[in-house]
Amino acid sequence: MGYKMGLKEFDKIFEILSQDYEIYGPKTIEKAGRFSDTNNIRYEKISSIEELEYKEKSLFSPKDVLFPVNETMFNIEGEKLKEIEEEDKKYLIFLRSCDLNAIDRLDNMFLKNGNIEDNYYKKKRQNTKFILMECIESYLNCFCVSMNTNKADNYSMGIKLANDEIYLEIKDKEFDDLFKGCEKENYTVKFIEENQHKVEVPNIEDIKLELFNDEMWEAYDRCIGCGRCNFSCPTCTCFTTTDIYYDENKTKGERRRTWASCHVDGFSDMAGGHSFRQNTGSRMRYKVMHKIYNYKKRFGENMCVGCGRCDDRCPEYISYAKCINLVTEKTREEA
Amino acid sequence: MNPYMTYPAKIKKIEKHTDIDYTFYIEKIFDVREGQFFQVSIPKHGEAPISISTFDDETIELTIRRVGIVTDEIFNKTVGDYIYLRGPYGNYFDVEKYFGRDLVIISGGTGLAPVKGVVKYFAENRDKVNSIKLISGFKSSKDILFRDDFKDWEDKIDCILTIDREEEDWDGHVGFVTDYAKNLDTSNLDNLRVIMVGPPPMMKFTGIELNKIGIEDENITVSFERKMSCGIGKCGHCRIDETYVCLEGPIFDYKQGKKLID
Repeated sequence: MGYKMGLKEFDKIFEILSQDYEIYGPKTIEKAGRFSDTNNIRYEKISSIEELEYKEKSLFSPKDVLFPVNETMFNIEGEKLKEIEEEDKKYLIFLRSCDLNAIDRLDNMFLKNGNIEDNYYKKKRQNTKFILMECIESYLNCFCVSMNTNKADNYSMGIKLANDEIYLEIKDKEFDDLFKGCEKENYTVKFIEENQHKVEVPNIEDIKLELFNDEMWEAYDRCIGCGRCNFSCPTCTCFTTTDIYYDENKTKGERRRTWASCHVDGFSDMAGGHSFRQNTGSRMRYKVMHKIYNYKKRFGENMCVGCGRCDDRCPEYISYAKCINLVTEKTREEA
Repeated sequence: MNPYMTYPAKIKKIEKHTDIDYTFYIEKIFDVREGQFFQVSIPKHGEAPISISTFDDETIELTIRRVGIVTDEIFNKTVGDYIYLRGPYGNYFDVEKYFGRDLVIISGGTGLAPVKGVVKYFAENRDKVNSIKLISGFKSSKDILFRDDFKDWEDKIDCILTIDREEEDWDGHVGFVTDYAKNLDTSNLDNLRVIMVGPPPMMKFTGIELNKIGIEDENITVSFERKMSCGIGKCGHCRIDETYVCLEGPIFDYKQGKKLID
């Protein structure tokens, strides 16, 4: 069912939803950008539709709602691990089609890989519903069409903001009642059909072992290993666990996990000093081949969803999208 | 169910091999197989993957090298204290695969620990293999692990215990394990099976020597060590290509293992 209403009117519904749900969406944080006087756009709890950054592309993905940058896994008392007691919360997340497709990648890693469910992710995920934001235009560096992630269907509501009005597509029966008496409108979410950037992903059958040792990766040694690409990626799921104890009371502490990056030093360091992928170029190879090849061999689809945030964020202006095209070219040369 | 929950296991005995390598004998609180590993932790200090060296009905042996924050804390523990475990994780050495074979086990340094269960099994069940040879290399005589076990094994199996360089008061074997690998008796090649465990360069060069004398990759088994934070295919640190060492490993057929590019 479709509706149309003013933003103020929708905020009344937003308020009702807020009673049951924690609502997250991309939000502009003034002056918090990477250069002076620039803004950041990242996922935050929002309390009205006015706070939602609808026009611009977010620099960070919604993944941190379900998989926080830092997450306490256990409280520790003495040597005893105590489970975190948290009330069951329900989450509503405003996101775009690429990011909704990325949730499917997170599900594969956290719920399916190794046939073991990650309880922390699952607890949030099973109580989460999605509100799809229609993309009016394709943004800089987006290549969702190439990755088949320009479309999605597992959302509860779809929205479009235009001329201070909100258009709504309600797919989830749970929300039908909220819109009784609202002005009906024949609206369904439209999807981007073309991006400026086009990326051609290689056929997995064409990838030869030699490609992993190809000299093309040396060009990426200019990567400085900052990890920005991984941290802005909606599909990167790696983490490192760390224990801490409190300075004020050394008998108490926490076991935590924190996002990890395969580009950052230390990712593969083992006790005793061994590590792999010393050159950042080989770390680029490790990431790129995972996103478009290794993950696909394991789960049957590409991990990358073509949001292009890694290219938006790279301080060395390394283009991951161009790298994929280069890999595809290489596989043709060798074939 | 929280798969990250850990369980206390009491330390029953501590055996010191070198200044930094101890074996902790702990209560057997889980069923385990040869070659598997645990996530071992000391709460407030952290977790680390540690391979199981051997076990019996009541005890599990973990041979641990003191190299970091977690292992420092483990080394502060004494008999009667607890360490915390979850697992066991990973696949295991299937000893039955070697019944009737001419088995050669090649280890480099602490790489002997994860394969020790197999050595022990065949030392105790010598008639189950046609022949068994252990080639075990250490940097120097100070680094040798399981000296008492070697004394016991020497009677039962063909042992080559070697150190990298000549030393005064050392009248045993000298040289890298690769030097001994290249001279293996290959008169019954079809029946020969090799397990090799050690640091990545040692396995690479041993593999090359074994191939040279005609031993095919599918007759070689390896065990990999990688950084891990979870042990259950979530944290991503141990991934090589589409393989998770914690899930599909740590033990690999070398035919597959050789193709894994870090």
